[in-house]
Amino acid sequence: MPAKTILSRPVYGTLSPQTGKSHLFVADAEGASAILDLAKKAPDGFFARAHIMFIPDTSRSQFQAALKALKPAQFYEGPSIAAALPRLRQTLANAHMGLRIYLAGTEGLIGQAMQVALEAGIDHSSIQTEHRGSWARRVQCVHCKGITENVTTQPATCAHCGLLLLVRDHYSRRLAAFQGVCINAEDPSEIPQKEEIFR
Amino acid sequence: MGINFRQETFRDDYTFRNSPEFVRRFPFPFHEDAYMYAVNIEPHVQGPKGTVFENLIDVDEHYVSEMRDRAIVLAEDPLRCQSLPHMTLAGWDLLELLMTEKANSYPDHFSLTREGDRWRWINRPLGIDDTFTFGDLSTLPYGPMEYITRQSQGDFCILDQRDGNLWMDAGMVTTQADWSLDFDIGMNFFEWHAPVPLAHEKGIFTRALKFLTNIQQGKPARRLNWTMTINPRLDTSPENYHKWGTDRATVTPENVGDKVHLRVELQSFWRLPRSNALVFPIRCYLIKMDELVTVSKWARRFHRVLRDLPIELAEYKGLTRYRPTVIEWLSKYDDGAPTSPGFAPD
Repeated sequence: MPAKTILSRPVYGTLSPQTGKSHLFVADAEGASAILDLAKKAPDGFFARAHIMFIPDTSRSQFQAALKALKPAQFYEGPSIAAALPRLRQTLANAHMGLRIYLAGTEGLIGQAMQVALEAGIDHSSIQTEHRGSWARRVQCVHCKGITENVTTQPATCAHCGLLLLVRDHYSRRLAAFQGVCINAEDPSEIPQKEEIFR
Repeated sequence: MGINFRQETFRDDYTFRNSPEFVRRFPFPFHEDAYMYAVNIEPHVQGPKGTVFENLIDVDEHYVSEMRDRAIVLAEDPLRCQSLPHMTLAGWDLLELLMTEKANSYPDHFSLTREGDRWRWINRPLGIDDTFTFGDLSTLPYGPMEYITRQSQGDFCILDQRDGNLWMDAGMVTTQADWSLDFDIGMNFFEWHAPVPLAHEKGIFTRALKFLTNIQQGKPARRLNWTMTINPRLDTSPENYHKWGTDRATVTPENVGDKVHLRVELQSFWRLPRSNALVFPIRCYLIKMDELVTVSKWARRFHRVLRDLPIELAEYKGLTRYRPTVIEWLSKYDDGAPTSPGFAPD
């Protein structure tokens, strides 16, 4: 997923150890496994200068111990992406030249952490990303501007204004969201069936 | 010698129309009987009298009413005008460009007097007489981009140029053909064009970007783009799509002439001197089918273009629902005779 894409849609890669003075990892759920895979290729002492921020979601017992075993200089475990973002903001505000950033996990996690990094003045192309886990989308309703989290269906109902939205592939890094546009604006009596496609 | 500004509306009772001489100057966008994307960019130089190219920044009979419509849109949704923090200097550049072009081209309607940084701007059609300090934000009621684009027809995108790309970092967008500045702000050239079908594969955007990043100060360029709009509505934004989308289902053989409009964008591209940004004014012209068919060459040609348009383009432009009805209506004006090359009426 998704084979055919458009140029505003983020392209994710594979995390690999970068040359740098320090390393910040932000991951959720199965994103932890991307960090563990990177660790196999990392030079000795790499994690002694690393800060791992992990949002376990439902995968708690599976990854937490393995991540801690990497012995990062700092390890944080948060209950949700939203709860982790203030810490991420402060970490970036206090960061020095030579910090490398690695984001792994769901599109929502990568997008929101990227958004905070952009606000801190970091160029998006310098950030390593790797997708693991759910393809659920964050969607901005173009009509009311509300953001609906964890959208898995096409179409989807806006959690704010209730319009039935076509979820497009058009993506904004600044908003960390896909665009949702009313699917039945031309004939509101047409109510297409929802299909579960972003899993 | 001044322009007779029409009092008209682009919503509710839709009293917009073109007077006959403005029909003749409409920028008809098809130079042949078929349409496909091309990098159709040419130098933006002055054209003949009686065309929209007579002046590089065109002011026409719809000016005052269009500015009233823009003010309504902005009161409802201020997010239609946004400027990222590093774009303020480009806003001043744009203010200078529009004021000087208008004052030079339409001295009956606009005047600009400069004494050092102290500028006096008079806009007679809108009843504005302001004195301000160029570069000092505190001396204008809005930021410079918003101030001058509340007084200028068309949408405006200001693009920052860096890393060999163009970034949509500021804009005033209230008359758009279905794209959202609030969503696209901060994107690069390829990203904000990402939803456009077919053109990426043809290499259109790669070539266009190369051309645009090389535009020099004092040598603006232009191209025409087009779509169709039901009712003369300027604000066909995605933001309000759920309010105007139903209009597309109201086209009948009886109302095509009055309700269906060809919508042409005159996009021009200018290098700004201080910021090195580019500004894209996207000027929208509307013409009713009843008005279009008064020029028989345009009627024949538009019938053929619409009939033969690739389905992907028809869908992207949102024409699918009413295209057959409009083709049928236009066919009455197409006797199959050959058309002369070029845009102009015969």
